[in-house]
Amino acid sequence: MPENDTTPAIQFQGVVKRFGDNVVLDGLDFTVAQGDRVTLIGPSGSGKTTILRLLMTLEEANDGLIYIDGDPYTHEMRGDKRVAIPDKRRSLVRRRVGMVFQQFNLFPNMTVLENIIEAPIHVLGKSKAEAIAIAEELLDKVGLSDKRDERPNKLSGGQQQRVAIARALAMEPEILLLDEVTSALDPELVADVLGVLRNIAETTDITMLIVTHEMQFAREVSNRVLMFDKGKIIEEADPETIFTSPAHERTQEFLRAIL
Amino acid sequence: MSENLETFAGLLPQFGEGILVTLQLTLGGAILALLVAFVLGLGARARTRWASVPSRVVMEFFRGTSLVVQIFWLFYVLPLPPFYVELDPMACGIIALGLNYGAYASEVVRGSINSVHKGQWEAATALDLGPVHRLRRVILPQAWPLMIPMFTNLLIQLVKGSALAAYITLHDLNFMIVELRRGTTDTVFSYTVGLLLYFAIAYALTLLMNALEARAKNKVGQGPSLREILRVAPVQTRAEVGTPKPMVTSQLPPTSKGGV
Repeated sequence: MPENDTTPAIQFQGVVKRFGDNVVLDGLDFTVAQGDRVTLIGPSGSGKTTILRLLMTLEEANDGLIYIDGDPYTHEMRGDKRVAIPDKRRSLVRRRVGMVFQQFNLFPNMTVLENIIEAPIHVLGKSKAEAIAIAEELLDKVGLSDKRDERPNKLSGGQQQRVAIARALAMEPEILLLDEVTSALDPELVADVLGVLRNIAETTDITMLIVTHEMQFAREVSNRVLMFDKGKIIEEADPETIFTSPAHERTQEFLRAIL
Repeated sequence: MSENLETFAGLLPQFGEGILVTLQLTLGGAILALLVAFVLGLGARARTRWASVPSRVVMEFFRGTSLVVQIFWLFYVLPLPPFYVELDPMACGIIALGLNYGAYASEVVRGSINSVHKGQWEAATALDLGPVHRLRRVILPQAWPLMIPMFTNLLIQLVKGSALAAYITLHDLNFMIVELRRGTTDTVFSYTVGLLLYFAIAYALTLLMNALEARAKNKVGQGPSLREILRVAPVQTRAEVGTPKPMVTSQLPPTSKGGV
């Protein structure tokens, strides 16, 4: 992990997120260092996915600030007032963040290749030839070179998810958010997807934020695990410690239920 | 009966012209309606009230006022003070049909866009595609096949609504049916001919729209391509296989344009 840069990749400062009366995140503070692989665990409704969605601007925090590489993302302080940053400026920061979804969300009106090259061409301004070259390399990496010209609905769930990973990587993100990426897959397809992600973790220094129920995978890939409960981090440790000797009672309960 | 048919045969050229006028009204009205539908439908979804409120007001107004009154208003009221705008009857018909059915169709546009899966919007946002690009390249291609069946309904209604044009001096199909009745003095015969002719036009349009729907669905990866549907006899490349495999589609030479 590169330690030369001390600016955190991600920083949450007193982030509050409410859905109606339901407070999902209650003044959350945490930082993720460059190149960190952080797994978020905890019971459903504890706010893990909300953190990813805030980082993708799919939800908006009710209070608090989020920084990416030290840059204010959705809101900033002007004097002592918290003001929203317009979408044009958010977009420049958002470009550094990629996300893979539980439901893949490939575009059905495009082929596999078109799915991957769409944003690099139109958002990053790459030439078509360059975008295709990168896409082919990524398809090779996820083991789907032969599916290049297929429509997504001709692929299995596992294959679709691998395309979705390639599509996210084609944007050359500094931060990759993985939102329960194997939860919608048949058990026999999970291994392929996790293999691809393991490979990416080993060969790149992308900062990863992972929400998953695959504890074995979390153990192998991440260097830090955060245990969430009711919108707060209740325990934080390296995977070895948290999975073998969790300190907090809620963590013990949770792991006992899930393992 | 044979006299009736003779009279009808004698009027055939005029009937042809009448059908042409009906088709002109239909086509013009449909194009305008489509335009109005997208402007109002997208406008109603806009985040700024400056766009959404006027869109909804215009939509509710034209949806909520009678088509007959709208046509008459354009034709009889607009030339009067303080407007002094005299429109060609064909223009009156097209504008009234376009605004009225466009208002209905704008709800179709709005609803179809809203029913594209939320994950598609989120994936487009995650790739940082801008709002216009997201709509044009991701959302509309998926909303379009949802819109078409409902557009077909409205188009058929629009054909039938165009019959009102006879009351603002246009010699459309409806006008010719009245002429036929005058010529034959047989009400049953004339109006039955009228029913059949309107039905024939509506049915032809339905078939056309079904083809459009199949094409749009195929483009989002659902169902066979139009070429496959229209192919009555199996072509040689597939002839040797007994059971047609839907998978073959993907190996056909690129039917979709390669442009990105």
